[in-house]
Amino acid sequence: MMTRRLLFAMVLLGAAWGASSSLDAQVTEQRLTNAAREPQNWLTYSGTYFSQRYSTLNQITPANAKNLELKWMFQTRLAGTWQATPLVVDGVMYITQRINDVIALDAKTGRVFWTYQYTPSPDHKACCGANNRGLAILGDTLFMGTVDAHLVAIDAKDGRPLWNTQVADMKSAYSLTVAPLVVKDKVIVGLGGGELGIRGFIAAYDVKSGKEVWRFYTIPGPGERGHETWEECPPNAPTYCDPEAWKHGGASVWLTGSYDPALNLTYWGVGNAGPSHNPSQRPGDNLYTCSVVALNADTGKLTWHYQFVPNEKYDFDATQIPVLADIDWNGQPIKAMLFANRNGVYYVLDRVTGRFLFGRPFVKVNWLSGFDERGRPNQTPQSFDQPTWPGTQGGTNWYSPSYSPRTGLFYIPAWENYANFVGGTPTQYQEGRNFGGCCTKPYGPVPGAPGVPSIQRGPINNWTETAGSGAVIAIDARTGEQKWKYSFTDVTDSGILTTASDVLFTGVREGFFHALNARTGELLWRVSLGGQIVSGPMTYQVDGKQYVATIAGHSLVVFSLRD
Amino acid sequence: MNIEYMFAIMTSSAIRRWSALEVVLALLWVGGPAIAQNQNAALDHPVQYAPADIAFGASLYSGQCTTCHGSTGDGVGGVNLGSGKFRRATTDRELTTIISTGIAGTAMPGFKFNATEVDGLIAYLRNMNSFDLSSVKPGDVKRGKAIFEGKGACLACHRVQGKGSYVGPNLSDIGTVRGAGALERSLIDPTSGLMPINRPVRAVKKDGTVITGRRLNEDTYSVQLMDTNGRLLSLMKGDLREYQISTKASMPSYKNELDATELADVMAYLLSLKGS
Repeated sequence: MMTRRLLFAMVLLGAAWGASSSLDAQVTEQRLTNAAREPQNWLTYSGTYFSQRYSTLNQITPANAKNLELKWMFQTRLAGTWQATPLVVDGVMYITQRINDVIALDAKTGRVFWTYQYTPSPDHKACCGANNRGLAILGDTLFMGTVDAHLVAIDAKDGRPLWNTQVADMKSAYSLTVAPLVVKDKVIVGLGGGELGIRGFIAAYDVKSGKEVWRFYTIPGPGERGHETWEECPPNAPTYCDPEAWKHGGASVWLTGSYDPALNLTYWGVGNAGPSHNPSQRPGDNLYTCSVVALNADTGKLTWHYQFVPNEKYDFDATQIPVLADIDWNGQPIKAMLFANRNGVYYVLDRVTGRFLFGRPFVKVNWLSGFDERGRPNQTPQSFDQPTWPGTQGGTNWYSPSYSPRTGLFYIPAWENYANFVGGTPTQYQEGRNFGGCCTKPYGPVPGAPGVPSIQRGPINNWTETAGSGAVIAIDARTGEQKWKYSFTDVTDSGILTTASDVLFTGVREGFFHALNARTGELLWRVSLGGQIVSGPMTYQVDGKQYVATIAGHSLVVFSLRD
Repeated sequence: MNIEYMFAIMTSSAIRRWSALEVVLALLWVGGPAIAQNQNAALDHPVQYAPADIAFGASLYSGQCTTCHGSTGDGVGGVNLGSGKFRRATTDRELTTIISTGIAGTAMPGFKFNATEVDGLIAYLRNMNSFDLSSVKPGDVKRGKAIFEGKGACLACHRVQGKGSYVGPNLSDIGTVRGAGALERSLIDPTSGLMPINRPVRAVKKDGTVITGRRLNEDTYSVQLMDTNGRLLSLMKGDLREYQISTKASMPSYKNELDATELADVMAYLLSLKGS
C-alpha cells in the first residue's frame, strides 16, 4: 500500500516533470535571436548574434560613471591569462576558468552555486596558454569546448555533465578554446592548433545528443572547390615544397563566430596557414586560411568567403570577431560585416554576398599597398632586414571590438607602433609538433632592446611605447576614418564594451579598467585592478541595477554604481 | 546495466559471527562512508564494516576475483584471503594500492574499480571468514531502475542523467561517491545519511514570502540554494525575517515502503550510476 507521503512524492514528480518542459525552454532559440531585447542578460560570448558587444543598458552614464564602485570579485584557482567572457541568464552568471572548469555564480554577489571540473588529458597540446574563452547556452544546457578537443554539455542547474563528444584527436594537436555558438538546435565550434599543423574545421553538433551534424573543413580537400589554391609543387622547386601541405595547413578557428538569422548564415574568421612564416613550401593562395567564411547554419555549406591575405606569411590569422551591422553605404542601407583584422586593416564586406566594399588601415601597415577591384591585396612583403608593420601579434587580435549603432563608431583595441622582422625557413611536418616555419624577431628603436611580449609580462614595462603600445581607436564604421584615439603606454589585450548611454568600457595590460565617453574618448573613470586584463568586459542587470564585469589577472571583478 | 554491479542483500544468517547488536549498530552507522576512511590513526582499518558494503564487495569479488583467488580466497598458492591477514598489506590504504595497481612480478593485475567498489571489496576481504556468500540475495539493476522511477517516485526529487527534479541531489554518479552501506542508510534512515551541504533551508523574506530548498552554499551574509521549484536562488540573510537550516532530511524513509528485495534492487541500481 502506498503511503500518503510517497503519493505526495509522486504528485511532486508529476509537477517537476511538468515544470521541466518550461525549464527546458529557459533560453530558447527565440531568446538567443532576440538577445538584444533583454539587455539584463548576456546570452552569447559576444552578447548577441551580431557580436557588437553593445548593450542597451543605460544606467551607467558619462555623468555618473565616476560613482562606479566594486561590488564583488571572484578569484580563479589557476594561474595564467584568463580570457573568458561570462554569460548571465536571469541573475545567474556562468563562466569558465582554466583549464576547463565551469562555475555558476550569483550575479549579484559572486557567491558560487556550483562548479564543474572537467579534467582534460594531460597529453593535450593546446597552444598559447590553454585558454578557454567561454560557454554557450540553450534551454538549461551549457556547452564548453575543452583543450583536449572534446565538446561537453553541462546541466546549467546543477553543473552535471550531460554528454561528452570527442570533436577531434588531440594527438594531432587539435584543441577547443573557443566559446561555442548555439544556432537553433546545433552547437557550433571551431578547432585550434594552427601553429601545430592541424587541418582546421568548423563543426556543428546536435544540442541534445552531441552527435556531429556537419563539418566544414577550412582547408578544402581534393575535389572540393578551393583545393586548387593549394598548388602542386613545381618540379625542381628551388627550396623545400611540401606536396601534402593542405593536410596540415593550419586554418584554425579559435574565436566565436557570428550569425544572421535572416540570412541563416554563420560567419567565422579563419586562422593563418601553417607553417606560418614559410609560404614558399605551400604555393598558392591557401584557401580558406586568413579568410572569413559564411556558412549555411543548417548544412555547413560554404556560401561565400573573402580572403584577407593570400599565401600569408605573417601569422596574421583572421580569427577576429566578424561584427554584423546594418549601415548606410552610399546612401543605401546594407547588411554589412565590420572586420578589424590582425593584419592592421579595417574591412567592410557585404555580408549577403561577401563583396569587398573597402579596406582601410587603422594602424601603420606596410605589408600591402592597396587592393584590386575585387579586394585582393597588393602585397608588399618586406625583406628580413626591414620591419613589417604591424608585427606578428597584429594591429589587433583576440580582443573583441565593439560597434555602437548610436554613435556609428567602431571601436578597436589596437597595437600601434608595433613591428617585427619576418622570415621563414623550410619546416617538415611532424604530428603534434610546432609548425611555425621560423622566424620573427622584434623590431625596436634600439637594437637589442626588449620587445613587447606577445602574451604576458612582468610588473616592469621594460620597453618603450615606440616598440609597441596600445590604444582604443574609434573609427567611423562607414569609412574607417579615425574619430578619436585613447592611447596607453603598454599594449592592450582587452576587449571593448559600449552601451546605449555612450559609455565605453575597456582594460589594458597594465591592469587599469576604464570607462570612456564613447563619442569623444574622454576618460570618465578608471581603477587599477593590478592584473592584466585580457578578456572582454560585459554588462548585465539584476533587480534593477546595472553591473559591469571584467577580468583582471586571476580575478573576475564586478562594478556597479554606488548604492 | 549488466548484473555485475548487482547489489547483494544480506540476510541475518549471512553474518554468522555477528551479534544482533553489531548488525543493528552497523545498519544505523552514522557518519561518512563506513569504510572509506580510517578515522582513527591508531587503527589500520575500521573495527566494523557496514553489512551492505560487505555484501556489495562480495558481489564484486564473485564477479572479478574468484577466477584466480577462488570463492574461498585460497585459490592462489600461498595466499589465503579468507584468513583476514595479508602478506603485503596491513592497512586499508595498502589494500587499495594492491587492488588498484596490482603486485609487480606476480600474476596480480591492477583493477579499475572506483573508490566505492574498492571500499566494498576491502569490506568483504576483511570479513570473508564470517560471511556466507551463498546466502546473498542479489539485487537487480533493471528492477531497481523501475522502482526508482516508478513506485519509489525518486525522480520527484532527484535527477539522474538528465531526467527528474533538481530538488534533491543529482544521483547520476552516486555509485562512485557513496558506498553500499551509506546508500542503505540513506534509504532506510535518510536523516542519518544527510550530508550537511544538502540540508533543507527554510527562509522567510521580510515581505512574508516563504522560500524552501536545498542548501548549495553559505557564507556569513548570504545563502545559495536550489529552491523547490528548481531555481538557483541566492538570498541575503539581512533581507530575511526567518532563516532555518534543518538537520532532518526531507526525504521519506523507504524502510516500510520497499521490501528487502526491492531495497536491494534500488541499491543495485544506485551503485550502477557512474556518471556520463
